[in-house]
Amino acid sequence: MLPITRIHSRTAVLADENIDTDRIIPARFLTTTERSGLGKLCFHDWRYQADGSDNPAFPLNQPQAQQCSIIVAGRNFGCGSSREHAPWALLDYGVQAVLCSEIADIFRNNALKNGLLAIVIDEPEHRWLLKHPGIELVIDVREQFIALPDGGHIRFQLEPFARHCLINGVDQLGYLLQHADAIGAYEQRTRTQQEAA
Amino acid sequence: MSAKTLFEKLWDAHIVVPETDDTPAILYVDLHLVHEVTSPQAFSELRERGLQLRRPDRMLATLDHSTPTLPTNADGTRPYANAEAQAQVTQLETNCREFGVELHGWDSDDRGIVHVIGPELGATQPGMTIVCGDSHTSTHGAFGALAFGIGTTEVGHVMATQCLLQRRPKTLAIHVDGKLPQGISAKDLILHIIGTIGVDGGTGYVLEYRGAAIEALSMDERMTVCNMSIEAGARAGLIAPDETTFTWLKGRPHVPQGAAWDATVERWRALRSDDGATYDREVHIDASAVKPTVTYGTHPGMAIAMDAPVPAATNAQERRALDYMQSRPGEPMQGTPVDVVFVGSCTNSRLSDLREAANVLRGRRIAEGVRMLVVPGSEAVRRDAEREGLHQVFTAAGAEWRVPGCSMCIAMNGDLAQPGQLVVSTSNRNFEGRQGKGARTVLASPATAAASALAGRIADPREYLTQVAA
Ligand code: SF4
Repeated sequence: MLPITRIHSRTAVLADENIDTDRIIPARFLTTTERSGLGKLCFHDWRYQADGSDNPAFPLNQPQAQQCSIIVAGRNFGCGSSREHAPWALLDYGVQAVLCSEIADIFRNNALKNGLLAIVIDEPEHRWLLKHPGIELVIDVREQFIALPDGGHIRFQLEPFARHCLINGVDQLGYLLQHADAIGAYEQRTRTQQEAA
Repeated sequence: MSAKTLFEKLWDAHIVVPETDDTPAILYVDLHLVHEVTSPQAFSELRERGLQLRRPDRMLATLDHSTPTLPTNADGTRPYANAEAQAQVTQLETNCREFGVELHGWDSDDRGIVHVIGPELGATQPGMTIVCGDSHTSTHGAFGALAFGIGTTEVGHVMATQCLLQRRPKTLAIHVDGKLPQGISAKDLILHIIGTIGVDGGTGYVLEYRGAAIEALSMDERMTVCNMSIEAGARAGLIAPDETTFTWLKGRPHVPQGAAWDATVERWRALRSDDGATYDREVHIDASAVKPTVTYGTHPGMAIAMDAPVPAATNAQERRALDYMQSRPGEPMQGTPVDVVFVGSCTNSRLSDLREAANVLRGRRIAEGVRMLVVPGSEAVRRDAEREGLHQVFTAAGAEWRVPGCSMCIAMNGDLAQPGQLVVSTSNRNFEGRQGKGARTVLASPATAAASALAGRIADPREYLTQVAA
């Protein structure tokens, strides 16, 4: 994974609460065996009309939302399934960060592992950002703040290891593989139980 | 030693490397369940990196999500929804062969929904850590196993290292006191719990269900409860193993036999929260207050007793949900016309669920214009149900009796509802479009689903259970 230290973009707002993974990418598209090319399917049933044309009511179809790579979403974004197709689709669609006062666990975990910044911010700031779409933000991953155009800052906290991996482009599987000895020792230590099981 | 919760015991026993401020714990995984949808990209990653599976003997794979539930065609081909679905299944068959993973595929007598067959085979056991690229892995917590869903990147981590990087979650005790009333099922209870704590009420927590009403549940019912933990946002759900658990597991193919069994059960008996153990949060639920419960909106937290008035929307999101569902504030869900009824999914497709539905249907016909699908959770469930003649009860009532799979729970295999249709479903998610674009889902118990099929409207099953069929 390439290091990610800063993201600079205007925001687009998806104010609905509980935007679930079926809305991010409907299940019928999960028959793919690839992880690429899912961007065109992102938010499919919300984004397109029955004839395949863009749904003008979908917030990210608005002209002012074009090229926005930061989404401010309503509370509990990403609830539902563990499908990693959700962050893959968002990234391929051009989304680089999702800001929210609460993000579903599995989604957040999946997102960060793929370099999609799933960032939890405090409620007052979240409310404010929801009310001000199109605002220009700089997200500083290293220092863990979001810079507002008026010079103000919103602080956030990433899980320290996730942050370390993001800013250094660390491969988590590589990190786990380095602990092969400890894993082997654990297997030895618990072998009787494992065999019994 | 200080008193520990069940979760803490499970967690501590699987630490390979403890967590620090800077790094998550490395947690060992005892059982890795695999299906066709979330595994192909992980196998590809292994191939690209030239890695092997660390413990293929700790993996169990099945075909369930993309598989057709109609029987094979006359020419021996299977009626897949599309070529991609078929390719996905073939891909898992190839991957399992190449990497040496036990696959319960088309030719297996044990194929079925991953969360149904793990327990059936006795692969799911108390004290284990269990993961799967599937959020309803929480089902296995019914056995006192720490079981949770992971993404495909993590599926790759477990394949290559048998481990996961994890931060320790918080604990939430859900005490279910009292006794469930006659005719009220585990599904009503869990919908009631989620309706009470909210669709994000469990976020960041592992839930432990405890109390008299939980201890009284059968294993099938416990699985239904734990299955939906994720619908409250929880990482996992747990129930301490007891005699009910041990009796259920005894003699199953993957559990130890003979003297080893007794020793294992002794070990399992220690898997309960110690007296005086503390949780980060506790909630009390009164079981005696639970009624037949259904959802009225587009997430499982929007659940109420079917005879209670649908609450008015308090924000734009709820308004959108009510509009989508065409639910009317102030009126009960009971009586709403029904188009499709689905009995199945890892929440409610086990033998007892099918019996519950059959008891309502026996000797009756479903309403004109209603389509009803009954999809057993596994080949074993199908066999047992057919031995009891349940399939005849369903077909005589006018329902379709299908081949095991996820089917209309996720509607990616071609089993789906049409736009605008209302589905009373025993599955676990009522998200917009979950059962087909524009389809409206009402989550309910198997008995409520069956009663609603008979009435052609959302109906209270107790009315059918008390009167004898003509
Ligand atoms: S039955 Fe539904 S919830 Fe269960 S594993 Fe299949 S798709 Fe997922």
